[in-house]
Amino acid sequence: MLLLECPYCGVKAEETELSPGGEAHLKRFGPGSTAEEFEAYMFARKNPKGVHFERWRHAYGCGKWFLAARCTATLEVFGTYPAQTTEPPADIIDKIKAKRPDWKGWK
Amino acid sequence: MKRYSVFAIAREAMRYHQGWEKAWRAPVPKAAYDAIIVGAGGHGLATAYYLGKNYGITNVAVIEKGWLGGGNTGRNTTIIRSNYLQDCSAAIYDKALSLYENLSQDLNYNVMFSPRGLLMLAQTHHEVRGYKRTVHANALQGISKTEWIGPEQVKELVPIMNIDGPRYPVLGALYQPRGGTARHDAVAWGLARACSDMGMDIIQQTEVTGVRSEQGQVVGVETSRGFIGCKKLGIVVAGHSGQLAEMAGFRLPVESLALQALVSEPIKPCIDVVVMANTVHGYMSQSDKGELVIGGGTDGFNNFTQRGSFHHIEETLRALVETFPIISRVKMLRQWGGIVDMTGDRSPIISKTPLGNCFINCGWGTGGFKAIPGSGWAMAELMAKGEPGPLAAEFNMWRFREGQFIDESVAAGVAH
Repeated sequence: MLLLECPYCGVKAEETELSPGGEAHLKRFGPGSTAEEFEAYMFARKNPKGVHFERWRHAYGCGKWFLAARCTATLEVFGTYPAQTTEPPADIIDKIKAKRPDWKGWK
Repeated sequence: MKRYSVFAIAREAMRYHQGWEKAWRAPVPKAAYDAIIVGAGGHGLATAYYLGKNYGITNVAVIEKGWLGGGNTGRNTTIIRSNYLQDCSAAIYDKALSLYENLSQDLNYNVMFSPRGLLMLAQTHHEVRGYKRTVHANALQGISKTEWIGPEQVKELVPIMNIDGPRYPVLGALYQPRGGTARHDAVAWGLARACSDMGMDIIQQTEVTGVRSEQGQVVGVETSRGFIGCKKLGIVVAGHSGQLAEMAGFRLPVESLALQALVSEPIKPCIDVVVMANTVHGYMSQSDKGELVIGGGTDGFNNFTQRGSFHHIEETLRALVETFPIISRVKMLRQWGGIVDMTGDRSPIISKTPLGNCFINCGWGTGGFKAIPGSGWAMAELMAKGEPGPLAAEFNMWRFREGQFIDESVAAGVAH
């Protein structure tokens, strides 16, 4: 059972209360972009076996979108943070680096 | 290789069953091969098998990280059908179904193919319209014997089903009498035995750790047992396709999710068709041992642990108990998960890649078992000729850039 703490309302929500929203920090492309850029934005996914940043919605709680750092190989959660950011906060990056010394970074 | 037959059983019975050979060899890897397939699951082994059978390419190695057939091939609910909506899906799944029909004879190995018939229940008016459309599409595609049947006929075929609802009344079903099940392990074992007999090397417990290329052409793979050279490389690794693609230097429109299945304790025969219910997202059949084999939906988040979330099991069983009240007190025996590779349009990829002489077969998502022989047939053609044949052409990985989706997920309403 996956438990994530909603950074807005502080509730430790279990999975049935949340809805997953896929990879976070995607670079978005709009009208006038090339087919390759659209493909990268719409479909090409990192799908890492390890540290992954993803979007979640506290669907049956406050209803807001937030972001989480999680390991897809062990289901370990490194932390959650509000969605109003373009990159993961430094404290979460430090936490991941401490636990996964050979992690190659989020980009 | 000694053939399996009734005479072989009689012969071995006379000498205390001491003459049975190992079904496949456990060879030491050679320095190089004409073709290497990564992944000894059903699709990888079928690719190797048809490379040998259809194109005479037998200097082939199949490299497997774990043990043969230990991934999704050994973890699925063994459903086989070909009643798809889109032309290219119907073509490849029906090719697979036709090959399954003779696979036991072909391989001289009993894969226990059981064309017991398959029902896809319509429980909403949208599904009724959708399935009637599939019936007409299948008629035009030449997929034989897909028919629409009403609730009374459903009840006749599956007496244990409650068709009255109230929550999910059964309004009819899409019926494919040719559909059914097969023994999943036997499919992998039979293919492995046939490949080994053709002189191919099945190298288990060997992990591919890198792909080596020169001037944009693949030259071999780094493995946990050293470098192995090859002229052509086929990546057929389901859940780990993204990792292998990264080694080969490209990115896929694929995400890996956990899909679970479970079986009940064995009970007396009570259901002799396969039933799928997409609205409530559960499917059920009864194995030859008497266990009810049950599957449901995938989890929504990326996961490589082969463990799924418990609430999915609860949801699946809640729906199935309403549809089959008789199972409400049956105990569940085992539950497990597999890592499925889902593409953006929920249809597979059989394609050339940006790396020369490197080919990929992935993205079968939640419904790969039924496609094994057809997928192997198409992938072998692609690897042997270097260009996709008619079965594989539309499943190329560039369709996402072009917007040429094969939108079965919309046709089925769920992943399929």
